[in-house]
Amino acid sequence: MPDTPAHDTPAHDSVGLVKPSVMHFDQPLELECRRVLPAYDLIYETYGTLNTDATNAVLICHALSGHHHAAGYHSEEDRRPGWWDGCIGPGKPIDTNRFFVVSLNNLGGCHGSTGPASINPETGQPWGPDFPMVTVKDWVNSQARLADRLGIQKWAAVIGGSLGGMQALQWSIDYPERIAHAAVIASASKLSAQNIAFNEVARQSILTDPNFHGGHYYLHDTYPRQGLILARMVGHITYLSDDAMRAKFGRDLRSGRFHFGFDVEFQVESYLRHQGETFSRNFDANTYLLMTKALDYFDPARDFDHSLERALAQATCPFLVVSFTSDWRFAPERSEEIVNALVAVGRDVSYAEVDTDKGHDAFLLDIPEYTRLFGAWMHRIASDLEARHDRR
Amino acid sequence: MTAADTLPDTRGETLRTDLSLIREWIPQGARVLDLGCGEGQLLQNLRDTRNVQGYGLEIDQDNIAGCIRRGVNVIEQDIDEGLGNIADKRFDYVLMTQALQAVQRPDLVLAEMLRVGREAIVTFPNFGHWRVRGYLFFKGRMPVSRRLPYQWYDTPNIHLCTVNDFDAHCRQRGYRILDRLVLNNDHASGIGTRLWPNVFGEIAIYRVAC
Repeated sequence: MPDTPAHDTPAHDSVGLVKPSVMHFDQPLELECRRVLPAYDLIYETYGTLNTDATNAVLICHALSGHHHAAGYHSEEDRRPGWWDGCIGPGKPIDTNRFFVVSLNNLGGCHGSTGPASINPETGQPWGPDFPMVTVKDWVNSQARLADRLGIQKWAAVIGGSLGGMQALQWSIDYPERIAHAAVIASASKLSAQNIAFNEVARQSILTDPNFHGGHYYLHDTYPRQGLILARMVGHITYLSDDAMRAKFGRDLRSGRFHFGFDVEFQVESYLRHQGETFSRNFDANTYLLMTKALDYFDPARDFDHSLERALAQATCPFLVVSFTSDWRFAPERSEEIVNALVAVGRDVSYAEVDTDKGHDAFLLDIPEYTRLFGAWMHRIASDLEARHDRR
Repeated sequence: MTAADTLPDTRGETLRTDLSLIREWIPQGARVLDLGCGEGQLLQNLRDTRNVQGYGLEIDQDNIAGCIRRGVNVIEQDIDEGLGNIADKRFDYVLMTQALQAVQRPDLVLAEMLRVGREAIVTFPNFGHWRVRGYLFFKGRMPVSRRLPYQWYDTPNIHLCTVNDFDAHCRQRGYRILDRLVLNNDHASGIGTRLWPNVFGEIAIYRVAC
């Protein structure tokens, strides 16, 4: 090994420096809410190389607060890589030596795709609260158009965790001929009442922030900072498990003694406030409202007399479903509902419930058992693809 | 399910004798559920040779990863908690090889197998084999053998039975025994296993319906 400092040489398993691209769409998109988005942009990144017959493309669908930057670095100065760098890269479960990976920011997002902070061409002002309500189904339709433009007729796999897993499910139902595999991780076929309740608390904290200005805060040169912080704090608690919080913070005090006041005293308070503040600086409140509504509305069985079996009977691809034992926001039972419906209608599916104390966040982490079985599943897809390619 | 015979065969893709005998009973295109499917060797073989649509249930993480590597459908589920998530007669065949003796309630598992499947196929080590009898008779200690390699305190085989026990259980429950194969220690059947299966049989294979 040459004797060079580590930061000068990108890690061998990193996709390295990446640059996002923007695709503009002029064809109006009809939305589930019956409104029409006349034109829009989607920002996306790709890693790896599309093979000659375009069969090795993988779509990564992001969760509530995710975006297009899933792997690698935007500049040499970046301290942290993309949000799923642990899973995407050379030799990693989603192996960029074998797959062409596409990761986008969904419509309504705040990282470069058209969303509430974008300019509404009709008014010349930011869309704000007038941005149409987008659903998982709408996202999948917009992603299909992105696939068309990238020359991808059929995804080798559509992969997502949490809200991303919902998109993978919707793909399998709406475009069965365009998806060869689906990975649905730490997800659900619909939210429970408790889950919607958490989203409602998050929304109310934003909607009632005096700086929200009915969603037109851009015009007042402000944003509902406190509301976003609260929303994120509530959300963050639900992404961790009781055990993980106990292990990470316990009842540790910042200064070692009680101050008998309402300032930050316990480490967990400090952590939550920090998470909330960081998030509030980087995320648009209107986008947060939209994304939580997309979660709440998701229920593909509704179109099939509330039968998940009938909904999933539309799907033809093999599935991988993964849940995590300590995830109470998207509990293993929710994943098992998907698995049971798939078995009932005779679809190929494998399911693992990974033992971890990391809660819902686990789907983003490198947990050996999870990495191994997800890696084995992706490896199998790549090997089958390559074998078919060699025979040709 | 960890019994001696469910350990994965990593040497090659040739099936264990009992598994290849089971395969002969499964027709083309059957729907199969394999309880305690190990690394999915049998399901993979059935898929490739019989065009079977199958699922395996497993709780061991290594085995689950092994199934995924083979492209075999595997679902993490503990058989001891029942099969309540599977509809009646969803499968043509429900298999359980060398795991009956390791479940909490073999009778309930067998009943569940016959509820979700048209037929059940089970294999188990015969505790009535002469060697086992001899071990207990002469040594006065719990039998330990190549097929039952555990000590009394650490064995996963908590519900061992004999061929006669299983026959009696089926009679009592009104299960029909459609086929019964009893193999000696060379995984073959001969005069001894035909005349005195409960003495010379080391592995019993049953095909049962209700």
